Amino acid sequence: MSHKRMGNQTVVMEDPPEIITSYTVVGPMEGQGPLGGTFDRVWKDSLNQEQSWEKAESKMMEDALQGALTLSGIQQDQIDFQIGGDLLNQLISTHFAARSLGFPLIGLYGACSTMALSTALAGMLIDGHFARYVMVGVSSHHDTAERQYRMPTEHGNQRMMSAQWTVTGAASLLLGRSATGIAKINGAHPKVTAATIGRVVDLGVKDTNNMGAAMAPAVADTILNHLQDMKRQPSDYDLILSGDLGEVGWNLVKDILRQSKVKLGDEFADCGRMIYGADQDVHAGASGCGCSGVVFAGDILQKMRLGKLRRVLFVGSGALHSPISCFQGESIPGIGHAVVIET
Amino acid sequence: MENKDWRSPAIGVTPQEYADLVTKETPKPTLVKNLIWAFVVGGLICACAQIMINALKGLGLTAKEASNTATAIVIFFGALLTGFGVYDELVKRAGAGGIVPVSGFANSIVAPALEFKREGFVTGVGARIFTVAGPVLVFGIITSIGAGLCYFLLHR
Repeated sequence: MSHKRMGNQTVVMEDPPEIITSYTVVGPMEGQGPLGGTFDRVWKDSLNQEQSWEKAESKMMEDALQGALTLSGIQQDQIDFQIGGDLLNQLISTHFAARSLGFPLIGLYGACSTMALSTALAGMLIDGHFARYVMVGVSSHHDTAERQYRMPTEHGNQRMMSAQWTVTGAASLLLGRSATGIAKINGAHPKVTAATIGRVVDLGVKDTNNMGAAMAPAVADTILNHLQDMKRQPSDYDLILSGDLGEVGWNLVKDILRQSKVKLGDEFADCGRMIYGADQDVHAGASGCGCSGVVFAGDILQKMRLGKLRRVLFVGSGALHSPISCFQGESIPGIGHAVVIET
Repeated sequence: MENKDWRSPAIGVTPQEYADLVTKETPKPTLVKNLIWAFVVGGLICACAQIMINALKGLGLTAKEASNTATAIVIFFGALLTGFGVYDELVKRAGAGGIVPVSGFANSIVAPALEFKREGFVTGVGARIFTVAGPVLVFGIITSIGAGLCYFLLHR
């Protein structure tokens, strides 16, 4: 077995790639939330003068990728890969953004776990010497997701208390090989040191209004596997950050891990519980690729650059169903992908 | 095909135990609040319609004409408020109080019409205008045929 593999599911970077820059663009509702000040750009309205919500989402991702690239001062043709995805069928947000940007593209679908999955793969590509610079980009949009997964946006219905609100937001990272000589912007460059690729876990949850419950077992499974593979404790991390479990899923992960004698305390947070305030009436929290994307690329990386957080386990959570599979009575397969970020 | 030799998940909870945990952690709907909202809003819509029926009868319309006209007016306002983006906000609070009256049916047709406009008039609006109302129409018509048959057989 390669010396870069640890245990069953974990890879460890030999020469940890750096996150050189990051950039976030969000919609107005996210801008009004508690993390409003941490985003690079807040749109005044979620259509942003585009012809459709799909075009708006694609533009959002393009702006986020362009933003991180501009901040870094790296030239466009130095980027070896763009890697990432979104929630829409055939990854149209990613594909249309890439049409404008022209980077060699690897489109990924990990549902809402795409940020963590893309970061892990970008790290492996760079550490494997297949690339020098890789851009990661993810997006989601409340209205595009509503019309694809649920109901027309103006249709009146009552949301369940366990339902989550899809974030309108795009996030990007620019990763590069360490010691590339790029001037350190806003403090230290956080590094991707390890990644645990998750397995699909499905304990039979069928309720699409309770995605947190569908994803929690997979996230818990990945956290356990990661800790076993790395021979670590939760307390070895300043922060264990799940993607978009929301209130219900976040509590369920703690319940599941308690049964395996792993106790998560104050170091366990969830992006889905951070974006919106209690007054914003979103019920169980936030979701979407943009949810973990903008929290990780915004607030968390800023805290890492300032040295407020040293070692973070970021576990993206994804619900890998489709409206068709749900109508056919299938349960929701969940997945969790973990990356370790250190300064 | 299921792989029987796979390494079992690291978590120790069974699907049955997990179902119990999910029930425990999932918040219950705010039933009393929802009922009050539905009662007040649904009641108000119906009361307004009744006032219209009475007024229209006062203007000389027959009972049937008055109720049909009032229905059309409620449909009109359901559609209009959907267009202004108000009706979904109302139903968010009122639930069935906003869905059951005929204005809710108007909402279920106008909302997809607005939504799918960008995909064209034929492939968007035309093809998908009944995505929400379609099942109501299909099973409503089937039920009415059944009811009509019963009526026919029993009153022959």
